[in-house]
Amino acid sequence: LKLVIAIVRPEKANDVLEALYRAEIRGVSMSRVQGHGGELERVETYRGTTVKMGLSEKVRFEIAVSEEFVQTTIDALCEGARTGEVGDGKVFVVGLERAVRIRTGETDQSAVTPVSK
Amino acid sequence: VTDTGDTAWVLIATALVILMTPALGLFYAGLVRSKNTLNTFMMCLAALAVATVMWAAVGYSFAFDEGNGFIGGFGHAFLNDVALEPREGTTIPHLLFMAFQASFCIVTVALISGAVVERMRFAPFLVFAALWSVLVYAVLAHWVFGGGWLQEAGTLDFAGGVPVEMGSGFSALAAALVVGARKDYGRQALLPHNAVYVLLGAGLLWFGWFGFNGGSGLSAGDSSVLAFTNTLLTPAATLVVWFGLDLMRGRQVTAIGAATAIIVGCVGITPAAGFISPGWALALGAIAALPSYAVIVWRPRTRVDETLDVLAAHGVAGLTGILFIGLFAQSSWNGVADGLFYGDAGQLAKQALAVAVTPAYAFAATFVILRAIGLVMPLRATEHEESLGMDIVQHGEEAYVTGEGALLMAPDGLPEDERVAS
Repeated sequence: LKLVIAIVRPEKANDVLEALYRAEIRGVSMSRVQGHGGELERVETYRGTTVKMGLSEKVRFEIAVSEEFVQTTIDALCEGARTGEVGDGKVFVVGLERAVRIRTGETDQSAVTPVSK
Repeated sequence: VTDTGDTAWVLIATALVILMTPALGLFYAGLVRSKNTLNTFMMCLAALAVATVMWAAVGYSFAFDEGNGFIGGFGHAFLNDVALEPREGTTIPHLLFMAFQASFCIVTVALISGAVVERMRFAPFLVFAALWSVLVYAVLAHWVFGGGWLQEAGTLDFAGGVPVEMGSGFSALAAALVVGARKDYGRQALLPHNAVYVLLGAGLLWFGWFGFNGGSGLSAGDSSVLAFTNTLLTPAATLVVWFGLDLMRGRQVTAIGAATAIIVGCVGITPAAGFISPGWALALGAIAALPSYAVIVWRPRTRVDETLDVLAAHGVAGLTGILFIGLFAQSSWNGVADGLFYGDAGQLAKQALAVAVTPAYAFAATFVILRAIGLVMPLRATEHEESLGMDIVQHGEEAYVTGEGALLMAPDGLPEDERVAS
């Protein structure tokens, strides 16, 4: 059981969702975050105040999957999020101790398997 | 001679119409995605800048100087001979007449931006605004208001169904075709980001429209009272019918639909405001809802990304209002002419003439102007810029900035702390 976390560009979030859908990965949560990777900061000016925006808007995906789906998930995330420019984001895979489906009480493997129908 | 009462009202009416442009900016800004909020609003503000300057330079002269039937001359270029004496045929100072008419040109230029938001670059839009205000708006205004050939032929247009509504609507269609669809159009849901802006913008537009229609009698007299009151009645009727159409189609009355209905009603009554009875104004509101609603439902199913439906809301509703005069104008109310149902079928033919030629000229001229600008500079942003959003790319600002993680820059371009260290 793994938790796949991806930080991607907000403008690529729709493409990522599309890629995940095509790879038949259904259990996804996403949130808006602000972060900083190696990308060049953008400069903005408000009246006389010029600022360097150190943090960029990003979207964070969290997907719990069983072992055999890890690579598929990573591939789909990369395919959907890649532009080739600095700032495309990262994918992190971490171990997951337990998972419980609240509705049924199913645990672990069966908890992260999508309901088939 | 100048009449102080008439002058007072037209002064106020001019300010009301000027308010319509930022109101339109708010309306449009709410309809786009949040990353394009400022750019969309700025296109409307750009009209206040560019169209006003062009109007004072040559636009007013082309529209209202004597010339030929097609276009006015250079007699009033740079406001030559536009002073405090009353303009011929009115009781208000010529200078005020010029300012009142300028406010119409400004809001019309701003209207067209609705067709190209979220992808057109700002610089070519400024050039477009300058050329369009002179080559299309001023020409159409000359035709119906400035002694041009449609006015000579007897076409009636109280407050701008020809230059403002049909002019912007059919130009918007041409602009959408030349600039092309947004990259995600038809692929992703592109939704309005703030419906409250849309409602408030529509409300402020309606408010301003009392000056737009109510001031177009250029007096504080009977025709202004009629036009003012009809501007209350028609949009109300459009709203009621729109609620019904929404209910039949989706079982719910929508807020964005209501905002749209207000615009459609105001547009519908614009040409007819001072020519039809209050009763027929209510009927016009109900009828005008139908063709505009149909176009709004149909247009997104096409490949034409006429983004904010300027054609449906302005072109089609303006056309409906212009034709309505030919049917229901009543000389007992307007003292000028009767429509078909009051004994003069000829008036309908005169109205139909405007409906035939205005869309053709607006569409063709806009198409050529934009193609010409496109030869000199790219009209639209790149796909990458489009996905980042026009606010950051075109203006270096964001509408909803938090400031978290932002570093202050010193005037010489270095962050404050580095400057101190060196």
